[in-house]
Parts: sequence; C-alpha cells; structure tokens
Amino acid sequence: MRRWKTWLLFGALVWVGGGTLTYFFGYADDRRFFIPGPTTHGHYQIELKCDACHTPMMGVKTDACNTCHAAELAAVNDTHPRTKFTDPRNAELRTRLDADECVACHREHRPDHTHAMGVSQPEDLCFHCHQEIGKERPSHAGLGFKTCATAGCHNFHDNTALYEDFIAKHTGEPDTRERAARLIRVAASLAPGAKPLTGADRVVPAGIVADQQLIYEWEQSAHARAGVNCAECHQAGDTNKPWIAQPSETSCARCHDHAVQGFLGSRHGMRLAAGLSALTPTDARLPMRADAAHRTMTCNACHGTHRYDTRTAAVDACLRCHDDRHSRAYVGSPHQLTWLAELAGDAAPGTGVSCATCHLPRELHRVGGHDVVRVQHNQNANLRPNEKMIRTACLDCHGYGFVLDALADRALIAANFQGRPGRHLDTVEMVVRRLVSEASRQTTKENQP
Amino acid sequence: MKNRLLTLVFTLAATGVTTLFLASCSKTAAGGITPQKMTDAIHAVLESDRTVYTRNVVNRLQNDEKVIKASEHWKDDKALPLPAQMFRMGAEMVQAKNAGFTYSLLSKWPVNQQNKAKTDAEKAGLDFVDTKKGAENYYAEETLGGKKYFTAVYADTAIAPACVKCHNEHKDTPRTDFKLGDVMGGVVIRIPLE
Repeated sequence: MRRWKTWLLFGALVWVGGGTLTYFFGYADDRRFFIPGPTTHGHYQIELKCDACHTPMMGVKTDACNTCHAAELAAVNDTHPRTKFTDPRNAELRTRLDADECVACHREHRPDHTHAMGVSQPEDLCFHCHQEIGKERPSHAGLGFKTCATAGCHNFHDNTALYEDFIAKHTGEPDTRERAARLIRVAASLAPGAKPLTGADRVVPAGIVADQQLIYEWEQSAHARAGVNCAECHQAGDTNKPWIAQPSETSCARCHDHAVQGFLGSRHGMRLAAGLSALTPTDARLPMRADAAHRTMTCNACHGTHRYDTRTAAVDACLRCHDDRHSRAYVGSPHQLTWLAELAGDAAPGTGVSCATCHLPRELHRVGGHDVVRVQHNQNANLRPNEKMIRTACLDCHGYGFVLDALADRALIAANFQGRPGRHLDTVEMVVRRLVSEASRQTTKENQP
Repeated sequence: MKNRLLTLVFTLAATGVTTLFLASCSKTAAGGITPQKMTDAIHAVLESDRTVYTRNVVNRLQNDEKVIKASEHWKDDKALPLPAQMFRMGAEMVQAKNAGFTYSLLSKWPVNQQNKAKTDAEKAGLDFVDTKKGAENYYAEETLGGKKYFTAVYADTAIAPACVKCHNEHKDTPRTDFKLGDVMGGVVIRIPLE
C-alpha cells in the first residue's frame, strides 16, 4: 500500500515538474527563474530570450555570437579572428588560451569574473601569445601586460585606429582643427517623375481621417519634399494594400534599410531584433528620466511620427530619455555651443557637434561607384572600446594625440569634455621615436659602402 | 510484434550497409591519393595563383603601368593588397571553411613575428628549403594538440623586384639583404591524418 502511494507521489512530482519546465521553456515569457546569474551590459536586454544564444538543452549555439557580431568584426578586420586559434600550428598556445570560441573570453552570467567589454579572461591575457614582445620591440620592454588594452594602445579585435602607420599619419596634429571635416548629408532627391508634395496631394483610402497637425508635420518633412506620399509608409507603397495605422521599422526599412539594420543591431533596437517588445527606458541600466518611462524605442521614438526632423533626433530626442552625467553635461558643453551655432546659422553646416555626431556618426559608403553618406544607427558600433570612435567621430575635429588623451580620461568623458584631459598618453611619441630610429637605420644602410 | 521485429532487423541492416559503404569510401580516398601528392597539388595551385597575382596584377599595375599602388594598408589607402596578404586572406578563408587542410606563409625572417616557425617541423622545414635553395621540398609528420598531421614545407622565393624591395625596406624586417631569386620563407601545408 505504502509503495503504491510512493509511486503515485513520484508520478505526480514528475508530471508537475515536467509540466512546469515545458511551460517555462515553451510558452512563458518570464524566464527570470532560469537565469544563472546577471547578464553583461551588452546582453541583459535579451536575457529572457534564452534561445537567442542557447540550444534547447542550454548549451551555447555555435553561431549565436556571429549572428549579431560577425559583420562588425569583419568590417574592422578583426585582429584576432577565430581562425588564428583553430590553426593547428597554434595548438600549443591553445593549451594556455583556448580561444577558438567567443565564449572562451566572453563567458556570460558570471559578473564576478567579468570586467570591461564583457571579458571574462584575466586582463593580462595578451601574455599568453606575446610574451616575447619586449625582445621583438625594445620600446615595449618592461610594459605590463595589463596595459596592452587599457593605455590607448591596442584592442583585441578592432585596431583600425591604433595601428602604427595610422598613428604615424596623424602625428603633430593640433588639439582642435581649424575647420571640422565632418561629412555633409545630401538632401533627399526626388524620384524620377515625382514632385514635392503638399497636404492637397496626399492620397489616403476612404474613411481615413488624419489630424491637421500630422498633415502639417508631414508637409514640413523631407518625405513630402522628396515626393513620399502616405501610402509609402502606411500601405507598404501600394494604395491597394491595407492601411497600417502605426507603421513599424519594417516600413522604414523599405527605403532606409541600412539605418534600420543599424538600429536593430544597437542597444536601442536589439530587443525588437530578438522578437521581444520594444525597449523602454525603464528597462535600461543607465540612468533615465522618470518622465520618459512610457516611451518605447522604435524609429519614431527619436524621429517623431511625421516630422522626421533629424535635428531633433540628433540631440533633443536623446535628452528626452538619457539622464546620466555625460548626457546632462552636454548642455553648456563646448560641443553643444558648436551645435547651437550651427542651428542658428552662425556656423557652417557640419561644424556643430550633437549627440548623434559622435554616437550615430555619418559614414561614407561606396555604392555602385558613388559616394553615399549614411548615418550609422548602431551607436554601439563605435562606443566601446571608445577608441572605435577615433576614426568615426573624434578625428573630424581634433588631433590624434588630444583624442587619445581625452578618451582615456573617464572624468572628462563624464563631464562631456568640459575641460582638458588630465593626463597625457605616450602613444604618439612612441611611434615618432620609432620612425626616427627607423629613418636613422635606413640612412646608415644607404651610406654603407 | 512481427512488425517491431521487422523494423529492428531493417534498422540493423541499414546501419550495417551504411557503415560498410562509408568504410569503403574512406579506403578509396586513402588509397587513391597520398598526403604528399595532395599537398603538392595544393601547393601547385597556391603558387600559381600567387605568381599570377604578383606578376600580372601587382607588378604590372603598380610598377609597369603605375595605375594603382599595392599597400599593406590596402583598405585605408584604397590600394591593392600585397601578394603575401592576398595569400594569407585565402588561407584564413580556407580555414574558416574547415576544408580538411590548412596552409600558412612563414619565414625565418618574418615582418610579423607571429609568422616565424613555431613547431619543430616548421623550423626544420624552413631550414631545409633555405639550405636546398628551393630545389627540394620538406615533408614530415608531426603531432599537434594530440592530433597527427602530414606537414609539407615548400620554398617561397622572391619572384619579383617588388618582393625584395618591400621586405628589405619594411621597418619591421629582420633582414635587409634579400635578392631576386632568394628563398624568403616557406609555404607550410598541413593535412590531418586521423
């Protein structure tokens, strides 16, 4: 009798346990119970979307990292691609640093072992493969391996602004250039046969009534000036299709694919990309304004629903939500003064520095043999390590040495660059010394009989 | 019951046939071509492609017709990749494809110290092809990371003035007296044997 009861109890427990697991893994949205530890700043937004990174049995998907990061790494000519570690000739090195998978250095859910950039390896990991650097480069003798990536000299993946010949091209530059060299966006051009539109030209299906204010905002927009009528966004470009009252980023992507892809790859859009609800400021780990709690991060959050004023999106939209020290200090900063001067028409176009100037920089793309200026909507593409920002933003207005010093000064960054860098890095001087020494070696060689 | 038995017998039979088929395929592959023949064939393609690129693209367009330059920083300089870089990019792509072999360009006098010999076979191979002035190749078996490899080393010779000039003048070069026709390094090709 007792045995029968035990089996019944066991069966009930299995049934309840199995059902609970099935529910949480298969149907429930709230999976916080299963998170083994806090997630890094790069992934916490999608931590409840377990299958974005994990297999059903909670292993790590082979391509989980590449899905979001491969294109970015390829674009910067990753200095340490996976192939470096899978090469059999490096088998011996792999016994010390088995970095053939991203998770070898970027273990998630382990905050006690994780430091800057989500790296879960000790900070002196460069030692494993580069312990001879002091002999190979006398200038590096005695330098600590913890300083490789923390002294404005090297990054593990992206060294596009840190390689020696690039620095050599930028020696002797002034702190601030006389004239900013920022890319200028070209106004949207009319499609063949199209003409600028006014409220009288708008075409909407019968029964759709629009607010006069919205019509006015659209009339003032680049869309109306470029001949983009209501159907382009609200009916996927076809007046025979059903009316979409609130177009999503999918509608925007019909014409602005690059911008939308950038947005979906960013902190702002990564939840949408993972199939989750849009980010709200209450989800953020950075300080946000309490009165912004109701906002949702879609294209319209920054661009508005009909005005699409890029100047608003460049500063005001950011400060509607962001409430950290760096953001608040923008007001009154030297950067803001240049922006206000440009808006007032007192300075040339492209000389003002908005939030977007640095965080959503303009990029020059070569498309079909033509130069096209686009805005990078993935603000993380040049955010961390902050040396990524050197090429895409800082050098437009400042000299290389000044930029390195400023980006290494955390207090100055928090104060939104109100002041001067507190210390000077020796990076540029090291390169200059090496160039001088090399020139001397070449001269000696040429003078030899 | 009868159906279950039939299913079991069929499954076992199918598994056996598949195993025999795969084993026979493997034998055919191993018996058909030796690792040395395979690495020789791969090297013939690699060497020919790089020679064509060096002579007909880089040397012609940069030195003869002066249309475009080749640069180590080819992306930033909007220039042609150097022949050695073209070779290495191909090697990385092949490795990413897990194609069943790997190759690399190494030297006793590398511009980048990461490209000097690391394994015993690489060291012996680079010495051998240098001593033999490229007249003979080096073949060996080596065990790396617990896995056995057939490793072949082929001389990498300076085939154009641009090779010599670039290596002699590079600020990171440990050797500055290369001449046309010199062995500058070696192409190492590896095939796993297990």
